[in-house]
Amino acid sequence: MPGLIEVIDGRFGNSIQDLGRFGLRHMGVAVSGCLDTTLARCANALVGNDADCACIEIRALGPKLKVKSGRVRVALAGEVSATLMRVDGRTQTFPAWTSVTLDAQDRLSIGSLKGGCAYLAVSGGIESPVQLGSRSTYQRAKIGGIDGQPLVTGNLLPCKALAHRDDHQNKAQPWVHGETPIRVMLGPQEGHFKLGSVADLLNSDYAVTAQMDRMGMRLEGVPLAHLTPESADIVSDGVTPGAIQVPGNGQPIILLADCQTVGGYPKIATVISADMPRLGQLKPGQILHFVAVSAEQAKQALLEKEARITAWVAAIAPYRPDAVTACDDDAIIWTCNW
Amino acid sequence: MGTELTMETASDEQDGTVRLLALGDTAWTVEFGDRIDQALHARVLGLTGALEHARNSETAGEGCIDNSGLAGIVDVVPTFRSLTVHYNPLISDAGRLGEALLRLAESAGTASKQGRHWRIPVCFDDEFAPDLNDLAAAKGLSRDAVISIMSKATFQVYMIGFMPGFPYMGGLPAVLEMPRLTSPRKAVPARSLAIAGAMCAVYPWESPGGWRLLGRTPVPMFSATNAEAPSLLASGDRVVWQAIDRATYLELEAAGQAGSLDRNSLLLPEGAC
Repeated sequence: MPGLIEVIDGRFGNSIQDLGRFGLRHMGVAVSGCLDTTLARCANALVGNDADCACIEIRALGPKLKVKSGRVRVALAGEVSATLMRVDGRTQTFPAWTSVTLDAQDRLSIGSLKGGCAYLAVSGGIESPVQLGSRSTYQRAKIGGIDGQPLVTGNLLPCKALAHRDDHQNKAQPWVHGETPIRVMLGPQEGHFKLGSVADLLNSDYAVTAQMDRMGMRLEGVPLAHLTPESADIVSDGVTPGAIQVPGNGQPIILLADCQTVGGYPKIATVISADMPRLGQLKPGQILHFVAVSAEQAKQALLEKEARITAWVAAIAPYRPDAVTACDDDAIIWTCNW
Repeated sequence: MGTELTMETASDEQDGTVRLLALGDTAWTVEFGDRIDQALHARVLGLTGALEHARNSETAGEGCIDNSGLAGIVDVVPTFRSLTVHYNPLISDAGRLGEALLRLAESAGTASKQGRHWRIPVCFDDEFAPDLNDLAAAKGLSRDAVISIMSKATFQVYMIGFMPGFPYMGGLPAVLEMPRLTSPRKAVPARSLAIAGAMCAVYPWESPGGWRLLGRTPVPMFSATNAEAPSLLASGDRVVWQAIDRATYLELEAAGQAGSLDRNSLLLPEGAC
């Protein structure tokens, strides 16, 4: 029987995402995909998935889910935990960074986040329809996910069911992003700003404001001065997630996964790809610092990050939940140690 | 800046400077100028075509195409005045890709082939055109005269952006130019034909917007179910508007929503312009 997960309560802003939708930006289609691709890859690795499997991105308060049919292994990555209610009524805490196997009728209620986003991966990935090359939800154009929308109560999420019960789970250390300054490459329009403004960007505090969504986040700090009032506007050119746009008020906006494909504000700098996942963890009120790096340093940083992820995945340890091993009752094997 | 290279192109019919700008470590923007200008856009399309040709060439052929360095490209986005080439930094060698793009920009010239030529129906009835009377009054024209001017002009698609399928089009006759509304609408109906400054566009989706609404087309501008070409229009296409009455509009709108409207029926034969 195939796996099927029912959304009992979608809560708000939780969506199906994978690593993004490429090849259509010339038609105005955003890349979308997970804000923190590193944590999504961790969650997928914990259930034995490839990195590009679709998972659930949790943005504030996680959804309540119920397995309708099949048996699925799930894992959470991020600063979040869940409550697991077995079909027989037993309740357990299900922490992040470990996998668990759910049977039909088991329920999972995911709590509220500490960080900016977290991920629930499902063995085999969520098999919602691929639209324009990706399962990522792009709400603005109603593409991907289920009907192009974030999770809503009543959604049914298809997934692969485990063929047989496997008596081990996986666990790993929490991924740590670090708190070093966010690395940027200057430009492409740093020449539209007074020289001191580039220094201001690199030497001042910028606070994350409440005006943030999957398209971008507005920062607040020392205003960045354009060379002239006219240089606050450019004839629109290509933009990308990570680009730091500065409109006339001088307060920077960092574009994120759902950002539009072209934009008319000058971009003083662009966050390097190695640090993009960290932006997904920011919350209003947090203070950001930026540091400028060269193209070579950006490449080095990316290779180092990839090596860290590879090492993290390699260190995932299978373990056998300390169960009454003589017992043949699946449910007891999997629950008595919680 | 260390990330920016500039070079003069061989072309001397323009001012000619091509700039290669790093958009972080995942994209290059090849910039031909800073204005909205058909000649600049022709060069953007020229590079777009040359890049596509080079990427499709399996081998270096007779030595005239060098596609080395082009690996890892994930998106190619033409705009008014530049081409942004997004790449996978784990696959591409950014430096080699940038050099290859500059070489292509230098040799590509302007577009060798024209985009498609569309005739797209638009209903200019009052209910679809809330700003048409104001525009006519401001320009001292009759309503019918504005419709006639809009229906006779040929518009060029500079780029698709802002939202999926949204075409930024030049070619608006100067007599109709008018700045955008001082107070944007909270909800512009989907498929509204709109103008702002010297630009013309169609909103593919209901969205907030400050452009002036002159009519509505029954033709979907974006169809996510069309995997090959979800956007009706592409950079380089040309468009003329065909005025239709309300009954025809409703008929075509129903066909559009049912997915039975044949896009090809909107294409004009080559050279019809």
